[in-house]
Amino acid sequence: MAEHQKNVDAVTGVSTTGHEWDGIRELNNPLPRWWLWTFYACIVWAVVYWIAYPAWPLVSGYTSGVLGWKSRDAIEVQLADLRTQRGAFAQKLQDASLAEIEASPELLSFARAQGRAAFGDNCAPCHGTGAAGSVGYPNLNDDDWMWGGSLEQIQQTLLHGIRSTDADAHVGDMPAFGRDAMLPRPEIVAAADYVRSLSNLPVPAGVTPDLAKGKEVFEANCAACHGADGKGNIELGAPNLTDGIWLYGSGRDAVIASITNGRAGIMPAWGGRLDPTTIKALTVYVHALGGGK
Amino acid sequence: MNMATKVERLEEPEYDDDAPLYEARRKIYPIAVHGTFRRIKWALLIVTLGIYYLLPFLRWDRGPNAPSQAVLVDLANGRFYFFFIEIWPQEIYYVTGLLILAALVLFLMNAVAGRLWCGYLCPQTVWTDLFQAIERMVEGDPRERREKLKTASRTQRVFEAAAKHTLWLMVAWWTGGAWVLYFADAPTLVWELFTGTAPLVAYLWIAILTFTTYVLAGHMREQVCTYMCPWPRIQAALTDEYAFNVTYRYDRGEPRGSFKKSEALRAAGVPSGDCIDCKQCVAACPTGVDIRLGSQLACIQCGLCIDACDTVMNKVGRPAGLIAYDTEMNVERRQQGLAPVAKVFRARTLLYAGLIVVVGGIMVATLAMRGSEGVSVIHDRNPLFVRLSDGSLRNAYTLRIVNKQSLPRRFAIAVDGVPEAQLEVVGGISETENGHPVVEVGPDQTYELRALVSTSAKLPASASLPVTFSVTDVIGGETTTAPDHFKGP
Ligand code: SF4
Ligand code: SF4
Repeated sequence: MAEHQKNVDAVTGVSTTGHEWDGIRELNNPLPRWWLWTFYACIVWAVVYWIAYPAWPLVSGYTSGVLGWKSRDAIEVQLADLRTQRGAFAQKLQDASLAEIEASPELLSFARAQGRAAFGDNCAPCHGTGAAGSVGYPNLNDDDWMWGGSLEQIQQTLLHGIRSTDADAHVGDMPAFGRDAMLPRPEIVAAADYVRSLSNLPVPAGVTPDLAKGKEVFEANCAACHGADGKGNIELGAPNLTDGIWLYGSGRDAVIASITNGRAGIMPAWGGRLDPTTIKALTVYVHALGGGK
Repeated sequence: MNMATKVERLEEPEYDDDAPLYEARRKIYPIAVHGTFRRIKWALLIVTLGIYYLLPFLRWDRGPNAPSQAVLVDLANGRFYFFFIEIWPQEIYYVTGLLILAALVLFLMNAVAGRLWCGYLCPQTVWTDLFQAIERMVEGDPRERREKLKTASRTQRVFEAAAKHTLWLMVAWWTGGAWVLYFADAPTLVWELFTGTAPLVAYLWIAILTFTTYVLAGHMREQVCTYMCPWPRIQAALTDEYAFNVTYRYDRGEPRGSFKKSEALRAAGVPSGDCIDCKQCVAACPTGVDIRLGSQLACIQCGLCIDACDTVMNKVGRPAGLIAYDTEMNVERRQQGLAPVAKVFRARTLLYAGLIVVVGGIMVATLAMRGSEGVSVIHDRNPLFVRLSDGSLRNAYTLRIVNKQSLPRRFAIAVDGVPEAQLEVVGGISETENGHPVVEVGPDQTYELRALVSTSAKLPASASLPVTFSVTDVIGGETTTAPDHFKGP
């Protein structure tokens, strides 16, 4: 352009770029040059970053960067730090007896925290995250224990399991009275009605239980394990039938099914899989859920 | 669309494609001035920097088990100490309150007299002011500096530049050093820093702040205010016609002209302005603007041009205040022969002041009513309730007790709202207080425990009884409560 007309805005006295939209002209307030250099610096930085760190996705992988940095390694470092931090307490937990742990508020807090985490990882799939259990998987919050609810008994169960492959596992045997033709159906029904009456469970409409016969059958076949009073025996894992807490359901059909087919729930032995300190923490955690004896 | 209207094609506008998109930096070396505002600025500089550099060393006795530093941010333990106040992480809303207060105070300052914050209190301004003073001390006033560029030997100039940057770096380093002292016991950390045993992160932060101080106050200066800071833009939206701003009273100053010329004009009976066009106001300005062009974005309203101009007016025997805190409106009113108005109490300022009082009052009240203990409770979700073998019903809760005192304390725990309630806790100590379980909470700590509430009373179906846990200091008797529910089948 030969004749260059200087565009100056009358109001502000600032020169304009000459760009105009509907009479509105763009003022030229140039950015400082260091701003430009900052942009360039950012671009250089980005290029350095691409080269140094993992950046570009490839078909099956990504560019790993010359520094070899991996987020996995960073986590490993943090985990190692965590282990050292925990070290002192873990040692105390390892040295203390179960009773000592429960007596010390400090150790108890630590053990329960660790126990809660281990419970969530290992036990929750069957017992539920809050250990509320479900049919066939006992509620660990109540005070009804088939194999005993003291610290030592809980630890024993955790270490060796129930009907597991462990040599020292708890093994109880609830026979299948019906399936194995040990008792005729009417006797099974009578026994079921009788044991339900021990827990004061409501009788379904239209049913007239023969309690005398049921008692007879119970004493002849069940009392050996469950006790003459039906209060169970933790040595044999025979549940208390008088407390209204029924692992496989308290309905009449459920109880008849238990007597007919027997019951043999399994809990794995954790002794070989979890380290002794974790087992301790789990023991204390379960015990402190509220049902521990 | 109606095509009937014939749109005439506008002529292609001319583009000023040669106009630069980026402009080179114009370095500003303001002259030294003397006067009221300079004195105020010196005083504020000494007070604010004094507080910043020395506050970490102030001690405050909080008893054993607690730090004795008056102002301390204890990141590792999640505590903030401010004299008699101790803030826990869950009380971060106090910081929110402080920020709201700070914003309101800024608004009020702005409504009363413009950018008071920018001109006098902003760290960017204060440190830049200090760095410029150092620059003048070493290299001399701008005029002397210009002379030296021509006359002084190369060695002298290199030596002076080295001295200036060394001094700047020392101030910057001290700034970073003071910063880290707010995060640890100051005397201990100072010793560790000098013996090289301080944590690496301390050195790192000192390095970062040394760098930012040196760059922002030594090199970036007014560029920060003009291009990087959002506050000038916000100010423009907040101000009104009554706010006092540093103003060139053009009604008095124009037409400007040299001293001799205006004297002659006046002698001849022709009116002449007071501005003698000596440009001292521009020379004194740390952002390099000419205030005579009217209020503008780059002006931080530091008042130094007022001092510069007053000195000149004094010399030429004209009244001071050609540049002064005034309003555009008053300039116009004077031109129309009206009396200037100074309305400090108006809806805007009263509203801001009222809000400051309200927010401040709420904060003081909540701080004063804050107890030294606390309790929160969470009900077990899974299971909500448990039937025990004797037929009774039990709910379990997780309680967290907060002890804000610097001594270990024992608390008795009670529950209210459930008939025939039995309370048992996991994690208590053997002692009981009137049959209530007791727990011990360490100094300035929280403690989590499990509370088991059981009852053999008959509850209505789907019962959900409101319950209250109360936690009572066994010695002091202070009680805190937390509500929850007791659930039944
Ligand atoms: S210092 Fe005062 S007299 Fe000098 S140019 Fe500025 S306004 Fe005019
Ligand atoms: S114009 Fe005056 S008040 Fe504004 S920044 Fe410059 S010296 Fe300070």
